[in-house]
Amino acid sequence: MTSTTKQFRPALWTALPRALWPVAVSVVFAALLYFWVAPRIGGFGADLLVNSGIAIILATSLTVVNGFTGQFSIGHAGFMSLGGYTAATIVYYGSYRLFGDFDFHGGLLSWTGAGAFVGPLLTKGDGLFVIACLCGAIVAAIAGWIVGLPSLRLRGDYLAIVTLGFGEIVRVIIQGTPDQLDVTSTDPGLGDLSFPQLLTHLGGALGFSGAPAYSTVFWVWLTVALTLVAIIRLKQSSYGRALLSVREDEIAAAAMGVNITKYKVRAFVFSAFFAGAAGGLYALKVGTINAGELAFQKSFDIVIMVVLGGLGSVSGAALAAVILTLLPELLRDPPSLWPWGLVGAAIVAALIGLFAPRKRGPLLTLVGVCAAWELMRWGAARAGISLSDYRMVIYALALIVIMCVRPQGLFGVREIWDYLPQSWQFWRSTSAIAAPAGAPA
Amino acid sequence: MSDALLEVENVSIAFGGLKAVQNFNLSLPPGSLYGLIGPNGAGKTTAFNLLTGVYRPDAGVVRLGGRRVNGKRPYKIARAGLARTFQNIRLFGELSVLDNVRVGCQMRHPHGLWSTVLRSPGYVAAERAIHHHSLELLEIFGLQDQSLQQAKNLPYGNQRRLEIARAVATGPKVLLLDEPAAGMNPREKIELMNLIRFIREKFSLAILLIEHDMTLVMNVCEQITVLDHGEIIARGSPTEIQSNPKVIEAYLGQPDA
Amino acid sequence: MNHSLQTLVQTLTDGIAVGALYALIALGYTLVFGILQFINFAHSDIFALGAWLSYAVAAGLLRAAGHGPALLGNPIFLAIAVPVGAIALCSLAGYCIERFAYRPLRNAPRLNVLIAAIGVSLLLENTGQLGWAFGPYPRQVPQILPDQVLFSIAGVNIHLVDAAILIVALILMAAIQFLVYRTKFGMAMRAVSFNLKTASLMGINVDQVISLTFVTGSALAAAAGFLYAMKYPQLQQTASAVWVLLGLKAFVAAVVGGIGNVRGAMLGGLLIGLIEFFGAQYISTDYRDVYVFLVLILVLLIRPRGLLGAPVMEKV
Repeated sequence: MTSTTKQFRPALWTALPRALWPVAVSVVFAALLYFWVAPRIGGFGADLLVNSGIAIILATSLTVVNGFTGQFSIGHAGFMSLGGYTAATIVYYGSYRLFGDFDFHGGLLSWTGAGAFVGPLLTKGDGLFVIACLCGAIVAAIAGWIVGLPSLRLRGDYLAIVTLGFGEIVRVIIQGTPDQLDVTSTDPGLGDLSFPQLLTHLGGALGFSGAPAYSTVFWVWLTVALTLVAIIRLKQSSYGRALLSVREDEIAAAAMGVNITKYKVRAFVFSAFFAGAAGGLYALKVGTINAGELAFQKSFDIVIMVVLGGLGSVSGAALAAVILTLLPELLRDPPSLWPWGLVGAAIVAALIGLFAPRKRGPLLTLVGVCAAWELMRWGAARAGISLSDYRMVIYALALIVIMCVRPQGLFGVREIWDYLPQSWQFWRSTSAIAAPAGAPA
Repeated sequence: MSDALLEVENVSIAFGGLKAVQNFNLSLPPGSLYGLIGPNGAGKTTAFNLLTGVYRPDAGVVRLGGRRVNGKRPYKIARAGLARTFQNIRLFGELSVLDNVRVGCQMRHPHGLWSTVLRSPGYVAAERAIHHHSLELLEIFGLQDQSLQQAKNLPYGNQRRLEIARAVATGPKVLLLDEPAAGMNPREKIELMNLIRFIREKFSLAILLIEHDMTLVMNVCEQITVLDHGEIIARGSPTEIQSNPKVIEAYLGQPDA
Repeated sequence: MNHSLQTLVQTLTDGIAVGALYALIALGYTLVFGILQFINFAHSDIFALGAWLSYAVAAGLLRAAGHGPALLGNPIFLAIAVPVGAIALCSLAGYCIERFAYRPLRNAPRLNVLIAAIGVSLLLENTGQLGWAFGPYPRQVPQILPDQVLFSIAGVNIHLVDAAILIVALILMAAIQFLVYRTKFGMAMRAVSFNLKTASLMGINVDQVISLTFVTGSALAAAAGFLYAMKYPQLQQTASAVWVLLGLKAFVAAVVGGIGNVRGAMLGGLLIGLIEFFGAQYISTDYRDVYVFLVLILVLLIRPRGLLGAPVMEKV
């Protein structure tokens, strides 16, 4: 059978374009967002954009383990924390070693400050930033390997315990590290230690702060785009099918030659890598990171995004990540649905009408959600209570209700484009999952 | 004997005090079509599990193509060329029919994460080959029209055939079929018989099948081994087995209506 | 010489007392996990609820005693009414949670129930600190058990509270042990934990068994909450990290002892309590939580089934 692959081999000169065209598109996309969209939505909007992007990276990377491979990992924030601290310390202490201070040394693409920026697009400081995030990702991946290798042989519930414990252990260890050093430090002072030694001074329970900020909409969404490309390509490949087969039936997968443990560990390491990168981007948003905030509550947030989006759906996880990032802001002071909310609802209704195989359920849900939203606002105004006090309660209730009412989340294991009618799918993918029954052919 | 594709020597396993299989012997020459029968609970599926590595034998040796495989993990045994189907169908339900077969196929074309994400030429070639070969197999098994349907939505008979197609896709030398005809009507069973003989020819397989339908077994198998309470009580050609008093006593087998 | 013996005994006393609390909470985790293979993340919130309800019932009764029957203020009456009240209300809460949040998800994938549990946990935490509930400020639980020193060992005063904690915990643990291994109901629980479907086919009312298991676990957590409120009367608001951390340590105790094993929960609880206090005393108070999690790593690496747990079968 191997001899027949030669006839299918594409021309060698097509290899580089095929590998790299997503990178080019990602750069253009990120630049568009940064230069065109971000200025128009204001500082707060840009913040939300950055936070949503980081959430997308976290949720989609966790989907690889919990969704594709069907494992039970609930310590993802631990990888984020490792990556974030690695990146922050490298940029912080690295800035001092390279430039002699802790200030921003980046170019226009990394400028997070207010006001105009005068300078080149990219500088050495940007190089430091990118390398720092990469190191963060690699450290997280190594941790993923160390944790995954022994524990992925265990029964499902035990993996949950191990990953939960891992997240807490990372937090606790980081919170026990020596104080962060700055220019006023003596014994040891900044000049007394080697670079690796400096990197262990993570600030302990006080957290790490003061690193220059580099994570702009550009870098974050460049990473988002690259992550999505990598993960979608993974899903729509034999590797991805192997992962899905492990999720579906381990014994059958093994009987078909799939090395279960190897695939589980690789998925774990792969997802930890991206979580580490996300952590780096997160830490260098404002230059602050605190392990106490990246404990199991954060891990649970990410798990919720994955499950609400649909276990195994990349687009679902991404969509859920954005919704759940914006929701707390919306719930803080719930705006009225008129006019833009209704426009949005109308668009969603149109999409449901055109593409959803079963229309009644989703449409009723849409109407119900809009009605509940307005009712909630009206009720709160009548009772004279501030909804922002209740936003966590509302969120908690919504979680329980959604789990009971729609356990498969938004898209189940499919992607949003699997709901397009077949004739529309110009990208006749080597997609793993078949279209839902009843979809227009 | 030594050029047999599959050699099983005195394989045994006990679960606690229960001796599930004892001194199981078998020799499967290339191109053969043998049967394994016995009353319910005789240990037939346990024997299959022993051969495929799901259970580790307490004693005995299993050799595939001359190489020892007992004690190895199931995926290694599958890669060595031993494929199987399951008594209770174990398809990848959420995946499409095509993808179920592709999972079987891709074992021969492993690619790492890097070449997958970067879509290297080797990877693309492998994917196309897998796709091509899988479609070919689906045509042989008559499932090409349902290739994009979810496996769990297939009618029962087609699910059984899909499982066999998936197993054949791994490019095995030996194929173990666990009750492939269960739940089929007589016409489907005849089609299945022909299909089994066809794939034996086309893919140069040696096939061992577990079945309860005596008509099917007697018509298709060249040699039959009879298990009862974990032990072999008879072995021979269909005619020999049919008239063996021990078999008749242990297993009042009736041809299925 | 005397001083270090005194420190030793003091650490021992505190470690055992808190360990007994961990054991009670761990029992709740282990009972539910044993039956449903489900980690009830809302369990630590029931514990917090138990502590806060003790405060509310006690404060309410004392207030009523101010302008009502003096019986309500009677210390013996309070010592019975407050825990009974807290336990009863928490058991009701546990029942409702199982009935409305978990039962509908009995056949759903594991992660979905987990999220429902997280939802319940968030609900309890955030509703508890609302103004009309327990409020967002710390509160002092009124003294119910007299602050009496029972006796002294090596210069350490053994208070009534600590003795009460240990005795009540031991009694409850013995009761649960009896329940699970010596009663018909306990047999039903064990049957359900082996195989839910078969148990229901055998005529066991699975819903009832599961409900009662949750209620029992909640009652134990409530008892632990009451005892905790007696020993540490300054209660933090329900959304505070303190409760979560306590619950997490109790969960580690359950895992270390062997999750799903009743005696394991007791053993694990005491062990974790002792490790935490001895570590804090003799190594460093800063890393108080580290010791507990280090033990978790060790156990998970070397013996994931825990001390008394059933073997964790390696996936074929």
